[in-house]
Amino acid sequence: MEIIPAVTYTYLRSKKKFPNVWCAGCGIGIALGAIIRAIDNLKLDRNDVAMVSGIGCSSRMPVYVDFNTLHTTHGRALAFATGVKLANPKLKVIVITGDGDGLAIGGNHFIHTCRRNIDITTILINNSTYGMTGGQYSPTTPFMKIGTTAPYGNRERDFDICNLAKSAGATFVARGTVYHVTLLEKIVQQAILKKGFSLVEVISHCHTFYGRLNKEGTAVKMMEWQKEHAIPIQAAAKLPPEKLKDKFLIGTLWDVDFPEYCEEYDKVIAQFQVPPEDSEGKK
Amino acid sequence: MEQNKKARILQGNEACAEGALVAGANFFAGYPITPSTEIAEYLARNLPRRGGKFIQMEDEIASIAAVIGASIAGAKAMTATSGPGFSLMQENIGYAYMAEVPCVIVDVQRGGPSTGLPTKVSQSDTMQARWGTHGDYHAIALAPSSVRECFGLTIRAFNLAEKYRTPVILLMDEVLGHMREKVILPEPDEIKVFNRMKPTVPPEWYQHFEINPHFVSPMASFGEGYRYNITGLTHDPLGFPTSRPEEIEAKLNKLEKKITSNVNDIVRVEEEFMEDATIAVFAYGIVARAARQAIRMAQHKRIRVGLIQPLTIWPFPDIYMEQMSEQLEAIIVAELNQGQLLGEVMRTNCGKTKVYGLNRFDGDILTPEQIFAKIREVR
Amino acid sequence: MKTRKMDAEHEDRYDMRLSGSGGQGLVFAGTILTEALGIYEGKNVSQTQSYGPEARGGASRSDIVFSSGDIYYPKALKLDLLLALTQEACDTYYLNLKDDGLLLIDSDLVDQPPAREVIGLPFTRTARENLGTPVVANIIALGVIVSLTKIVSKESLIEAIKSKSPKAMLDLNLRAAELGFDLARKEKRSRKKTQPARI
Repeated sequence: MEIIPAVTYTYLRSKKKFPNVWCAGCGIGIALGAIIRAIDNLKLDRNDVAMVSGIGCSSRMPVYVDFNTLHTTHGRALAFATGVKLANPKLKVIVITGDGDGLAIGGNHFIHTCRRNIDITTILINNSTYGMTGGQYSPTTPFMKIGTTAPYGNRERDFDICNLAKSAGATFVARGTVYHVTLLEKIVQQAILKKGFSLVEVISHCHTFYGRLNKEGTAVKMMEWQKEHAIPIQAAAKLPPEKLKDKFLIGTLWDVDFPEYCEEYDKVIAQFQVPPEDSEGKK
Repeated sequence: MEQNKKARILQGNEACAEGALVAGANFFAGYPITPSTEIAEYLARNLPRRGGKFIQMEDEIASIAAVIGASIAGAKAMTATSGPGFSLMQENIGYAYMAEVPCVIVDVQRGGPSTGLPTKVSQSDTMQARWGTHGDYHAIALAPSSVRECFGLTIRAFNLAEKYRTPVILLMDEVLGHMREKVILPEPDEIKVFNRMKPTVPPEWYQHFEINPHFVSPMASFGEGYRYNITGLTHDPLGFPTSRPEEIEAKLNKLEKKITSNVNDIVRVEEEFMEDATIAVFAYGIVARAARQAIRMAQHKRIRVGLIQPLTIWPFPDIYMEQMSEQLEAIIVAELNQGQLLGEVMRTNCGKTKVYGLNRFDGDILTPEQIFAKIREVR
Repeated sequence: MKTRKMDAEHEDRYDMRLSGSGGQGLVFAGTILTEALGIYEGKNVSQTQSYGPEARGGASRSDIVFSSGDIYYPKALKLDLLLALTQEACDTYYLNLKDDGLLLIDSDLVDQPPAREVIGLPFTRTARENLGTPVVANIIALGVIVSLTKIVSKESLIEAIKSKSPKAMLDLNLRAAELGFDLARKEKRSRKKTQPARI
């Protein structure tokens, strides 16, 4: 029997009555474990960590952990987080979101926060559905898959989240799965260290709704699918194209440098700040 | 040629922005929209000059969200918008109310509904300021009528937001926002600035949403070592979601009581010639200006008419208006809409006084002649 | 008990309107005059504006009200002075003039002046011919207004122009104001010859 690693346990809120809202077998808890270990590895002071989320299954994560936690309105986590970060750049701001929260209702904030390159780490847990409301199709539900609001098959195309983030200007983009948990811990750690906007897409599963509607089996079966379909980016380079068909890449997909927004704003202040009596109208 | 050193010509929007700076605002997030944009432009220039932060967000939803986030991180934060943007902000104004986050939202009103009249005046968001967000909600909204009041009431909006840990709305309008007037602003040391109460207990005793006899709990910022949870879900005093009936009721009671038990502090009404008036013109915002001239025209005709100008629109000055209904025979409610506070005036005087609406909604302001004509009509 | 200050007559309240179309700089001209009145002459003053949603073209106007007492209603009521730089503005607003109000038009742009006493001067043409650009017609008009009405001193106007003009425009604006004063001087002289002017 596996024992809960002590380090994870010490970050959970003792006063919060468990159990959590997630279904048995859900991948979000695995992602939470990886995030906590990444933070612990980096020896961050938990007083300096702000975890911000929107609404949805994954967005329930912050309430359970012992940081400065902010559970906001649906889709708006990145906008709230922008305010938190800009007002106090010393905080390590980590946004937890999902495919519906982050890309549908929050899609505009997503692309603009990427573009602005503000130092926020976003962990987007992609389970291809709206779990909390019961299995409706989301912006990442694949073409022709079933949702309760797509009973005859989803006729829309799904987002490629990592390419979207990269095109929008994110300086660090990585993808992991809840199956490849060691890799996940590693890329979350890199993402937190990155000065600039970083995105980690975490492929997860919703066996309760998506899996059941699409006859994809148990949580274990769905995690096996992750294992079989994920190709590490280093390995992919050596594989012929036919071996990459229907597969997805995991690992660090994009890592570039661009001036970070809060640092740039501090330069503006450094250059233009004047004593109060010299400001406009009182020259 | 003598230059008055203290006198300045300021636009209403500039005076609002200047008031925010004097109140200690150090964060603004906004999205351009006529006729409020000058506030953003002024603060984009002047916040960094004072070490503060300005950010232009991707829309008004993001703007109010960033303002709330900044306030949680310790900033004194504001946004400014007009009708369409104010509509977009409503959900998160409710969040700020529920999560008890002090912030100031300026609505420089233009004609609506929808895109309406971007460059023309109205007062048609009066009710939206009160009922715009979903759920039971008790708003604080202030309405200035001059450039000087834009300055003063912006400071007051910040003070009330900080004192009561709640969003405060400043209802300006297009004419006021764009109007320039000569003003002599008080020196900073003449201005009272209120900052949010900070916790004095150690983190392990701290309850971010503590329920106490004042209905206002001390507020630690993110990063100060208190590590609490904030959520828009109905929550217990620690900030954790709850579905226990007694905790739900206690939370909603607290939110209500912190406004309703403090109306004496929050509500301000200006009056003129009311001592012996039998008729009153009830006017707020820019309309109060025309009303002041109109009541003078009426006084010359020996009509005993006074002015009631609420500086606080929400909470509505119920007690004052109830008292006035004993004295008055008629009240004219002059507004730039199809009749929004008219209903409130009727509600508070319980049929004791004749209440007449004087409504203009064609994109221009009521003139003294229009109000004077109404006074003659009802006397 | 408050004392009842009966100042409703506003004996020295003066209402003026600068009108034309967007892009003619009427709001800017209004801010200069407002500055001159409020800061350099110590008057109470309020300036309001009205314009369409577009930045250029469309009707535009700037109202200025000043008084040594309190100004209650901030927009112009019956006009003591109307400047009209387009036919449309002239047609729309001249009925708001007081009987003895002064109507000032651009004589090239308003070719059908109303049947009343009017002063027509070529503000825009003067700007183009003397300074090579029509954009300072507004400042020329200010020079004329100040010279004819004496609502502020010439020095106050110059100071206000200096304080409100962007650096690149300052010299041009000052020269435009001088042209306005010249234009007004000539007008006054010619009026003296032909008719007793009421200015």
